[in-house]
Amino acid sequence: MSFDSVASFIAMGGHGLYVWSAYGLGLVVLLANLCAPYITRRRFFAIEGERARRGAVDADEVKS
Amino acid sequence: MSSAMNVLKSWWHRLGSPRSFYGIAGRLAPWFLGVGVLGIVVGFAWGLAFAPQDYLQGNSFRIIYVHVPTAILAQSVYMMVGAAGLVLLVWRMKLADMFMVAVVPFGMSMTALALITGAIWGKPTWGTWWVWDARTTSMLVLLFLYFGLMALRQAIPREETAGRACALLAVVGTINIPIIKYSVDWWLTLHQPSTFKLTEAPSMPPEMYLPLLVSVLGFYALFGGLAFMRTANVILERERATQWVQATVRQHVQ
Amino acid sequence: MFFVLAVALFPLGVGPGPERLAELAPGVLWVLALLSTLLALDGLFRRDYDDGTLEQMVLHAQPLFAGVIAKIAAHWLVTGLPLVLLSPVAALMLNLPSEAFGTLMVTLLLGTPVLSVIGAVGAALTVNLKRGSLLLALIVLPLYVPVLILGSGAVAAVVDGVGASAQLAWMAALASLSITFAPFAAAMGLKVGLE
Repeated sequence: MSFDSVASFIAMGGHGLYVWSAYGLGLVVLLANLCAPYITRRRFFAIEGERARRGAVDADEVKS
Repeated sequence: MSSAMNVLKSWWHRLGSPRSFYGIAGRLAPWFLGVGVLGIVVGFAWGLAFAPQDYLQGNSFRIIYVHVPTAILAQSVYMMVGAAGLVLLVWRMKLADMFMVAVVPFGMSMTALALITGAIWGKPTWGTWWVWDARTTSMLVLLFLYFGLMALRQAIPREETAGRACALLAVVGTINIPIIKYSVDWWLTLHQPSTFKLTEAPSMPPEMYLPLLVSVLGFYALFGGLAFMRTANVILERERATQWVQATVRQHVQ
Repeated sequence: MFFVLAVALFPLGVGPGPERLAELAPGVLWVLALLSTLLALDGLFRRDYDDGTLEQMVLHAQPLFAGVIAKIAAHWLVTGLPLVLLSPVAALMLNLPSEAFGTLMVTLLLGTPVLSVIGAVGAALTVNLKRGSLLLALIVLPLYVPVLILGSGAVAAVVDGVGASAQLAWMAALASLSITFAPFAAAMGLKVGLE
């Protein structure tokens, strides 16, 4: 460990604000990029699933 | 000899088929994402807590572990987009366009992140938020190149035309990148005879260099996983009328 | 001409102090030359697009890039060449030392065709788009960076008394490369844009 204590780790020798905001921003961007495809995928299946279900229902209605 | 060519050709065609890529992507994405996340977490933790302090910069230099990977990726992704553009224009492989659509936003977010983390790094180290040096200037130009790609894509209503137009722009941009970098480098030696180099990696001891390597590899792996996932999403969207996608949808809904 | 007008605005904005103007002159002259070219670029293909002759050219001209080169050349004669010829007037307004005038003209002579030809690629891609001229500027400006650096650098070097032969050599190289390849890309851009 390059740091003697948690406090000094957070302080980063006075540069804490800079280091942590840089990493914080980086993590936010990475997380956003990570979540986005999952959300898109889920939304796609929700919409298309609904459409398929409606299509099946309409087909049943037409039959009867 | 010709059977080898046939194998190669059929591999190339299979690679270009959205459906088979979708299958490959589904299998490989989790691995790439896993390795990526692991690499980044380890790289960051190592760099933040275990790497030694820099002699001159103190602890602010630790920003390197997030700044350099984003910068490297920003440039690599653009080159990949240029390559994909070439594939699209020459071989008309639709998948290449799907890849481009999938990764351009990520590349642009990396460029923006590189610029911002660079500025945050600059403040404690050199006293200013912004400095016109070779890397910052090239990175800024790269941001504009990405921006142009996104704007062009938005402006063209027809999907196929938009893809080909962006492909052409990406190819032209990629060819220009070395020219831009060279001229910017040279512009600086003109105006600042005492060039100060922002990050001179050569004199980095392994305790500092290794976490950086891990971070960079992690970022690349993450990018791979994201590229797989996002391209797969584009495939689903664009091929939504086909049988196999509809079958996949039905399977998913059950 | 927009170029001369814009250059005249500069001292009005910045103050008439001769040293400062002279110091900034190479860069300002080049940036304004670049912006003037950009403004004019929009008209390269648009007029022909509006009256239908562009489509005819794309369909029938064999080979297309020859037609494109002809259009770009004609356009440059009307927009770029006057810029080169008027540049001493503009340079005078900004107090550029007279020994740099020649270099200024040479860099513009070498550089404006490059700007026209690279810009043609952007113009081709955006000819039929809404707000195409804005998009054109966005697309083309990053690609203009090397020409700007080389051109203004050459003039500044001469002002400082250092030779500009390196810059000029590079500009000539850039010019020959771009004039050879860019029209081909512009032709492709037209085909893609109008399909």
